[in-house]
Amino acid sequence: MYSRAYKTIVSVPPLLWVGTFLLLPYALMLVHSFWLVRDGFIVQQWNLGNYATLFGKPVYLEVLLRTVRIAGSVTLCSLLLGYPLAYYLSFHAGMRKEFLYQLVIVPLWVSYLVRGYAWKTILGSDGVLNGFLQYAHITHEPLGFLLYSPFAVVLMLTHIYTPFVFLPIYAALESIPRPLIEASQDLGATPGKTFFRIIVPLSMPGLLAGATFAFVLSLGDFLAPLLVGGASGTMIANVVQSLFGAAYDWPLGAAVSVCILLLTLSLLLATETLEKRWSFK
Amino acid sequence: MSAVSTTRRAPLLTVYATAVFAFIYLPIVVLVAYSFNRDGVGGFPPRHFTWHWYQQLLGDAAIWDAVLNSLIVAAASVALALTLGLLAALALDRASFPGKALFRRLVLLPLILPGIITGLSLLMFVVLVGAPLSLLTVFFGHGTALISVATTELFAGLQKLDRQQEEASLDLGATPWQTFWRVTLPNLKLSLIAAGLLIFTLSMDEIAVTFFLIGRDNTLPMEIWGRLRQGMTPEINAISTLIFAASVALISIWYRLRARTLRDA
Repeated sequence: MYSRAYKTIVSVPPLLWVGTFLLLPYALMLVHSFWLVRDGFIVQQWNLGNYATLFGKPVYLEVLLRTVRIAGSVTLCSLLLGYPLAYYLSFHAGMRKEFLYQLVIVPLWVSYLVRGYAWKTILGSDGVLNGFLQYAHITHEPLGFLLYSPFAVVLMLTHIYTPFVFLPIYAALESIPRPLIEASQDLGATPGKTFFRIIVPLSMPGLLAGATFAFVLSLGDFLAPLLVGGASGTMIANVVQSLFGAAYDWPLGAAVSVCILLLTLSLLLATETLEKRWSFK
Repeated sequence: MSAVSTTRRAPLLTVYATAVFAFIYLPIVVLVAYSFNRDGVGGFPPRHFTWHWYQQLLGDAAIWDAVLNSLIVAAASVALALTLGLLAALALDRASFPGKALFRRLVLLPLILPGIITGLSLLMFVVLVGAPLSLLTVFFGHGTALISVATTELFAGLQKLDRQQEEASLDLGATPWQTFWRVTLPNLKLSLIAAGLLIFTLSMDEIAVTFFLIGRDNTLPMEIWGRLRQGMTPEINAISTLIFAASVALISIWYRLRARTLRDA
């Protein structure tokens, strides 16, 4: 139906643009990771030294483990908040469903920075939470551990990714044919059994998509640690940032980036495979 | 019976869901409340209502310069991302070419990969071609990264489109060009607006990529970021409240538009 000229006109510009301004830059990252820095200059000499450093020095592995731990906590917390919320909206909200759905969506449009900043004002040692605790005579001195800790990073990222996790789960729950649930109940299954045998398995693709999203996005975050994490909340992307900045070791920074990139892509690939296996269509 | 079983009362779950909503909205409420607090961003309860921080904000030239910069970058990014995203969506929907599967995935990478990786990759490219860092490089980064959003939204729109209308148009003697402008584009209007608004909001808010491509002139988030390093003042609460209000206004416009289009359709 579409002529050859039409197909050429629509394909060539985006292919060229994406090839030049996206594929090439990502390839540059890969290439840099095999170069090295000598006397403050990048030397285009192929070597695996950066990767050797990366896997040889325990400090990088430590930060990576901490990052995975933080991202894992964020994923778990977002699921614990997002799944019940989605379940409530899908099965129990009745007439208010549409309104409540909008209420979950609105914060998605609120600036990342604004929300991070808000947590900073809440958690600080002379912040809102400490003010409240002292006002209510629960504590007598400000608690110093709230801000600038891995806890603060997990809290901030959970706040940001809960609506993200909610969306695919809600979509999955909404697409469950209601007669299935009625059938389960008619055949004598308890509500608990219906939930774990029917609803959870059928919402698995949504749950998986949400979890992957939260994990992958947290994994590469460098702003939350800078904003609320302090030294003990440093994550792997902060290492990249400092290698590209003050430390001026682009090749090593590129090698760390390539590792994050590979980790992210393999996770996404794994999820895609699992989702296909678990989807019931 | 089904009505009873699916909207069964669940008091515990209701309480839990309410608590989750409270968690989601708590920071926003705190932020807005303290923008009117005379004594600064901390402490409890907020007392002494004041407009002072908004007045201070009004006279803050650096903030408004940054707002203007952000608006320009966002508008230009919408134009670039929508144009290329529309072509990419048409290509994915209608053309077949070698490497199509790869292209589909490649376009989406900036959406999936951490912003820092996309930002640094683009920085390396900019350094390679020797371009100076400025708002132009920020626009280049936003526009390129957000092609992903445009392509996804518009491809979804194209998939829902009724192909027969285009066929009819071509059969009745319209040129492909006329068919594109008078059938395809009008039918995609809703997806285009949705994608445009989304790209605009994302660009206005972007930091991770901007961080590495910014020159001397700041975008709004980078200006706020810079100030956060010097300390927190309720002036930041005030600008954040305004950003929040603007975002909510933008979503309401979008929902109105969608409701109207759905009604007319």
